[in-house]
Amino acid sequence: MAEQGGITSGQYLSFTLREEAFSVEISKVREVLDVTTLTKIPRMPDYLAGVINLRSNVVPVVDLGVVLGMPPIAKTVNTCIMIVDINVVGEALPVQMGVLTDSVQAVLDLSEEDIESVPKMGTNLNTDFIKGMGRMNEKFLILLDIDRVLASEGKAVLREMGPSVLADAV
Amino acid sequence: MKMSGNEYAEAFREEAAELLAELETSLLELEESPDDKKLVGRVFRNMHTLKGSGSMFGFDDVATFAHQVETVLDKVRNGDIPVSKTLIDLTLEARDHIKKLLESLGGGEIDAESGLAIIAAMNRLGDGDASAAVLAEAEAAGSATVQPVSTEPVVREAAVAKDEAAREEPRLVHYLVRLEPGPDFFTGGGDIAALVPELAKLGECTVLAECCQDRVTRQEACDCDSFVDFIVSTAAGENAIRDVLIFVESSCKVTVTEGGAGSDGEEGHKRLGEILVERGDITAEGLNRALSQQRPLGEILVENELTSPLRVESALVAQRELDKKQNAAKAAASESIRVAADKLDRLIDLVGELVVTQARLSEIASAIEHPGLAEPVEEVERLTAELRDSVLNVRMMAIGITFGKFRRLVRDLSSELGKEVRMVTSGAETELDKTVIERLSEPLIHLIRNCIDHGIEAPAERLAKGKSAEGEIRLIASYAGAQVLIEVIDDGRGIDSDKLFAKAVEKGVVKAGAELSREEINNLIFAPGLSTAAKVSNVSGRGVGMDVVMNTIRGLKGKVVVASEAGRGTTISIRLPLTLAIIDGLLVKAGDTHFVLPLEQVEECVELSREDIARFHGRRVLQVRDHLVPYVRLRDFFAMDGERPDLEQMVIVHADGDPVGMVLDNVIGEHQTVIKSLGWVYRNAEGLSGATILGNGEVALIVDVATVVKQARDAEAASV
Repeated sequence: MAEQGGITSGQYLSFTLREEAFSVEISKVREVLDVTTLTKIPRMPDYLAGVINLRSNVVPVVDLGVVLGMPPIAKTVNTCIMIVDINVVGEALPVQMGVLTDSVQAVLDLSEEDIESVPKMGTNLNTDFIKGMGRMNEKFLILLDIDRVLASEGKAVLREMGPSVLADAV
Repeated sequence: MKMSGNEYAEAFREEAAELLAELETSLLELEESPDDKKLVGRVFRNMHTLKGSGSMFGFDDVATFAHQVETVLDKVRNGDIPVSKTLIDLTLEARDHIKKLLESLGGGEIDAESGLAIIAAMNRLGDGDASAAVLAEAEAAGSATVQPVSTEPVVREAAVAKDEAAREEPRLVHYLVRLEPGPDFFTGGGDIAALVPELAKLGECTVLAECCQDRVTRQEACDCDSFVDFIVSTAAGENAIRDVLIFVESSCKVTVTEGGAGSDGEEGHKRLGEILVERGDITAEGLNRALSQQRPLGEILVENELTSPLRVESALVAQRELDKKQNAAKAAASESIRVAADKLDRLIDLVGELVVTQARLSEIASAIEHPGLAEPVEEVERLTAELRDSVLNVRMMAIGITFGKFRRLVRDLSSELGKEVRMVTSGAETELDKTVIERLSEPLIHLIRNCIDHGIEAPAERLAKGKSAEGEIRLIASYAGAQVLIEVIDDGRGIDSDKLFAKAVEKGVVKAGAELSREEINNLIFAPGLSTAAKVSNVSGRGVGMDVVMNTIRGLKGKVVVASEAGRGTTISIRLPLTLAIIDGLLVKAGDTHFVLPLEQVEECVELSREDIARFHGRRVLQVRDHLVPYVRLRDFFAMDGERPDLEQMVIVHADGDPVGMVLDNVIGEHQTVIKSLGWVYRNAEGLSGATILGNGEVALIVDVATVVKQARDAEAASV
């Protein structure tokens, strides 16, 4: 994989969120599951969809659409959970996380010519989260930096949830 | 370095770390009971093993250094050097130096000078003035002309000088004294018996030829060609013996032979031949000739057709094995296997999964109601439970292994701060999960430091207050139900709650007008950035420590509570779960979600009907027998949608000693709960301590009862 100005060519897995096409590097994706029983964790923000049982391991699942400011997902037959490995600062090993998507599409080979740099504005997304725009058959898909999207949201959660020091102490 | 080399080095380092820890413990114990020979022996053996394995694995620095320390310790063992505080200090320093040597192998600098200084000081302890002078000279020479690289030879010189000095010292030597009375000995009035008390004056004297003695004392056996042997253990030397025998020398043949140093404890058992040769009764050549004629027992047995060669061969193999085993047993008194922690973790994971699968199997079996199935399924259930318990037990370690470290800390820190502190520990045998013990060490260090730095007063201040000059820190571990209670108790000045409160207000941790109970104020010490110490020392006072303590204990699913009485001392209690892996739980359901309540906290289950609720006008209490029990509805607490059923269930749990009801829809039953973390994303989930997987593959959430109760209480207090 060639690295050039933050844009990486190689294999990507494309998926949809509320009919919009996104993709992540295939190396980040461990597996794709049909949606199973999701156990919602109470008193948590909406984008945290719950946890699933993945072969006797409890794996948290995130509604990526909500993270990116879309309405919560409506489950259909196409709904999938992508299990991804997220590098979190301060954790030695990548953290396994599930990502709820409306559908998982295909594995794409994107060369450097197929990837354009991030538009400065107009995406309505935090440009930190985007690695680039991939071109595929005259359509564009957003290449997400999944580490940043999920790890930074995690931090936001910590800030949101961090109980006051006093509550901790007494 | 090659891979295998690294592995060996790693193995040695692990072993050395253990030995050093043991050494430290033994030394500190020795300080308390200096007369205990066993402890001296243990210290010596530790150092000896360090030397041995050090040189075996090529850690020559360690081996050389350990050897020099061992030489001194050997003298301690022989009673030549008394056990003193200085000796303990130096040996502890030596231990630290070895630790440094081990650590520096990664590529750090080795401070040879400090090692040299330790050895020199140790040697000075042992030897007389003469050798100390030699040492001082050697040292002077070392510092003046010798580069740090070549300090080792200086030490060697010193060691040689020391040995020479030792040689001049009187040593206990066994002498074999043989008297062969001449023909005119008895007629001339000689009396061998009279010699015995004379020889006994020189040292321990044993008469060997008793059969002869009987006769010779009666002066009857004048013509016997027998002889009398004495063994004299004396430090006076051969000449002193000859002086005693000077009167009989004319009429007897007197031979005095040195029988070896009595101080050499390794002499041990001697063979018959050796003794005969030593005494000159036979020559070495003669012995060898005789021995060569002797054939192995096995051959003789075979020849006499008592057994077959094959059997002899197998017996010999067995003998070799036995020898090997005996040696191994000597090396390690308690038999144990070193296993990589991740292998163990994998095993525990697998057992966890097995428990889940087994629960599922039992569920299905009870649904099918097949007569032949019930029994094996029950058996599997029993076996799984046993397997679970024993596997978990493998991970359990006695907390006592960390106590030694704390003793050392107390010792060093109190002398550094000029305080007198005694440490008392109890419950060393209390077992906790290995990971818990490892992670507990840091917070305990913080707590003990705090005790010494802030808690215990200086001796003068203590005396002025009518306390003993010596402060006391008690470290107590004990079982409390399914939890382990660890208490750090000091008898120091306690927490000044007014000062603490003022400080908390100043730092903006609490509002100025806040009304807090004394207990609440005391627990403010866990807030980050709060320290009431007037000045920051290198020991503590930065207000970081207690924060760390709180976070670590929380991470271990434990609780910390502080209780303090001004002027009387502080007690910090830590409660920890026995294991982090599996608990017995009560499976319940509220809405669509399954929850697990830790069974050890559950007291009873009662029903809560609409009439009950109406009777108390919507106040969240229920009369259970004679008591009013407040309750928390899980549906409300976890903000769940949906209608609650007409008849709800209330599980009474105890949180902080008070009974509280958890109101929910259904109680399903007991559940062996393999605790899974909710993961990084949910690590701050409130009121939940984890998740578990049910027989049908669904995920159930484990309720952190204490937090739920506390938050519900706080929420109510805030709304009133």
